[in-house]
Amino acid sequence: MLGSGILKGLAVTAKNFVGSYHDPARMVTVQYPEERSKLPENYRSFPLLVCEDAADPMGTLRCVACQICEKECPPQCIYIEKSKDKKPDATGKPQLYPTVFAIDTSVCMGCGICAEVCPFDSIKMDQVFEVAATDRFTELLLNREQLAKPNSYYHSIHPTEAAEVDARLAAARLAAEEKAKAAAAAAAAKAAAAATAKPAAPAQPPSAPPTASASSTAPAPGAEAPKSYSRVS
Amino acid sequence: MESLEQIRDRLLARFPGASITLVTNPGPAAEHSLLLSAEHARKIAMFLRDDAALQLDYCSNATGIDWPDKEVVETKKVAVPDPAGGPDKVVEEKTTRLEPGYLESVYHLYSMALRHGPVVIRMRTVNRSNRVTLPSLTPVWRSCDFQEREIYDLYGIVFDGHPDLRRLLMWDEFKDHPMRKDYVEPDDFEWEPTPHGAVLDRAKTHYPAPEVKP
Amino acid sequence: MIGTGSAPSPFGQLSGPTVRKVKDPFHGDLLEVSMGPQHPSTHGVFRMDVTLDGEVIVKLKPVFGYLHRNHEKIAENTSYLGSMPYTDRLDYLSSMSTNWAYALAVEKLAGLTVPDRAQYLRIILAELTRLVNHVCLVGFLFNDLGTSFTPLLYAFREREKIIDLFEALSGSRMMCNYQRFGGCRVDPTPEWLAAASRLVDNFPSFLDEYESMLTGNEIMLARTQGVGRLDPKHAINAGITGPVLRASGVNYDLRKVDGYGFYPRFDFRIPLGDHGDTYDRYMMRILEMRESVKILQQAFRELPAGPIMDPKAKLRGFRPKPGEAYGRLESPKGELGFYLLSDGSPNPYRYRVRPPSLINLTLLEEMCLGHTVADAVVILGSIDIVLGEVDR
Ligand code: SF4
Ligand code: SF4
Repeated sequence: MLGSGILKGLAVTAKNFVGSYHDPARMVTVQYPEERSKLPENYRSFPLLVCEDAADPMGTLRCVACQICEKECPPQCIYIEKSKDKKPDATGKPQLYPTVFAIDTSVCMGCGICAEVCPFDSIKMDQVFEVAATDRFTELLLNREQLAKPNSYYHSIHPTEAAEVDARLAAARLAAEEKAKAAAAAAAAKAAAAATAKPAAPAQPPSAPPTASASSTAPAPGAEAPKSYSRVS
Repeated sequence: MESLEQIRDRLLARFPGASITLVTNPGPAAEHSLLLSAEHARKIAMFLRDDAALQLDYCSNATGIDWPDKEVVETKKVAVPDPAGGPDKVVEEKTTRLEPGYLESVYHLYSMALRHGPVVIRMRTVNRSNRVTLPSLTPVWRSCDFQEREIYDLYGIVFDGHPDLRRLLMWDEFKDHPMRKDYVEPDDFEWEPTPHGAVLDRAKTHYPAPEVKP
Repeated sequence: MIGTGSAPSPFGQLSGPTVRKVKDPFHGDLLEVSMGPQHPSTHGVFRMDVTLDGEVIVKLKPVFGYLHRNHEKIAENTSYLGSMPYTDRLDYLSSMSTNWAYALAVEKLAGLTVPDRAQYLRIILAELTRLVNHVCLVGFLFNDLGTSFTPLLYAFREREKIIDLFEALSGSRMMCNYQRFGGCRVDPTPEWLAAASRLVDNFPSFLDEYESMLTGNEIMLARTQGVGRLDPKHAINAGITGPVLRASGVNYDLRKVDGYGFYPRFDFRIPLGDHGDTYDRYMMRILEMRESVKILQQAFRELPAGPIMDPKAKLRGFRPKPGEAYGRLESPKGELGFYLLSDGSPNPYRYRVRPPSLINLTLLEEMCLGHTVADAVVILGSIDIVLGEVDR
């Protein structure tokens, strides 16, 4: 019968209309911003930098300014300047740190490649998505103070991944300590052997930090050049 | 499907005088291709489409490649006889030669009727500046229509016999061919807060370095 | 250019879409209308220069390039990995299959293998993408037919559930950036798989409801049957692929022809139309969704455990050996191919996308001739284009 197809269609819309009042399968609208749906754990928006201690974020950044993320970022929106001195990183090895770390989030596309390639588990993906701003250059250009987020925050947004990262770092730290201990023991044994052989000789300090001299190596002089063109400080 | 060598031999027998070369692909994909000379290409394409054993009725992909001029340094070992009568001295002679570049168009052909493929054919222009005409294969495969327009637009290969050769993606008044390797972008630099790399070099030409305060 | 009437426009040639008359001594006055680039039914920024005799189309020229960003040039200046997130933006409705197409071409170029679990995951995600794409297409097609929004919103309700799955797995709803060369990026949890499998099991009941609303509708039958015919001979010659080609009765689906991935292990059929009109193209999508559900159910049943990445594959410092490769697969819109040429450096020397959306438009004029403007909108809707891919 002509028109039966239309009537059948109207029956479906009626069913959906009524259902949208009582049937949970058809009540799909979320009244944002009063209601919010839960973000999945893997959700990613923009990068953040993990630091160990919320009280001293700049002193405990995990980033070692290796600039791998800067190189791999497809739209080239990360900008890093290396420090001249070194300080111990998460595993206790002396490393450089970034004096400038800026991400232009108006360019960043949230692809997550930086987090994927970082070998030091330092840059991770945040979950903030309400980032509207009125000025592109001052508010959407995030510097390292704005990017730094404590590890506890990272745990709160990506619990599974953060636990894995922590386990990995703890293992690395343990291995580093073992190695240091072994080195110290070996040095002490050597010193003891030397002492027994030549009792008159002055005992050597058991383990001189092997990288002490490395910290004085200055980074490449070019590292500072871009500063004059940038507004980041 | 016959191997590419067999196809080439069949084509050579059918089109005496045409130059058909096998271009090997060293990668793991090993999709070799046939390089056709421009004069016979349309006839050969017609043959490939209509031949009962091949029936390559579907041209999937047509694309351009730019090969700029390159300098080739050749080292040749020359034996120079020793005037003192000793054994010949071997001297390396270096010659630099400019290998002219060319533009290339590549077509991937398949057969929908016999479900085989791909047969890859390519054509090369004489140079990159004034002799850039290749025969259009749009009369053979209509699917080349937009793709050849795109190649013309982005690479500047002029397809002879194309029914409607206009720019496809860039606007009509646009002058250059942006996919060529030596394309220079217009210098419309926008101030960036954190320039680095190539952007920094350009920033330097637009903004003189501010004076460093002591 | 449009807008050059007898009186020069004060804004020069860029005065926007205007109407001008073309004198034709046999048919009275023809009217040249610029449809787009802001027309709501062109699915993006796409323009058609239409010449009309009354309401009947006598000439139609598509105009492209409003979304052109030279994706290929960008890709030739980034590493192989760096292009992966940009491929999401080609066909932004089905980024999972676009990712796969690119990964497929690179794997062919570099000779990488893909572990079994990743092969199954890719099929699961590609088929979910097909559901997303087809369900959107059907919704938009009815929008173009004039049933403003109700079918579209029902379609989007279903799409949203699948997109939520993509978000839970890859971190982003549409820009998934999920496939990697030699595998996938994230291994789904058992909960994710259970949720996905539940969704797939419920999908046919949604399709039944949707079809009972639309397929028998008399208005839709009158508007689509016999509109925009495409005969198989021309379709093959013009390189039309995907559901549009199969609606004309040509049995050519790369999942069967090339058998890429693990598709040969799956049991599914290829629906074929025989009129090649808009109605057949609509039905192709509905039937393909039903086949996709079958593939997905089989994949969830057989999904093996194991690694998801080829141990040989490197994330950073990826340099394939010199050579070239053309990898193609059946994306929801047709044959999506990537042609890559490596010269041994970290960036591709030549990177080319073979966009199904662009090439399927080759015969748009022929399909529209003799129909009215309102039909051109429907025909364009049934071809299924995404401008991110057409203009690249
Ligand atoms: S965030 Fe990671 S990759 Fe980037 S510079 Fe720091 S340590 Fe290197
Ligand atoms: S998320 Fe992607 S675009 Fe953004 S900073 Fe990281 S690598 Fe760059």
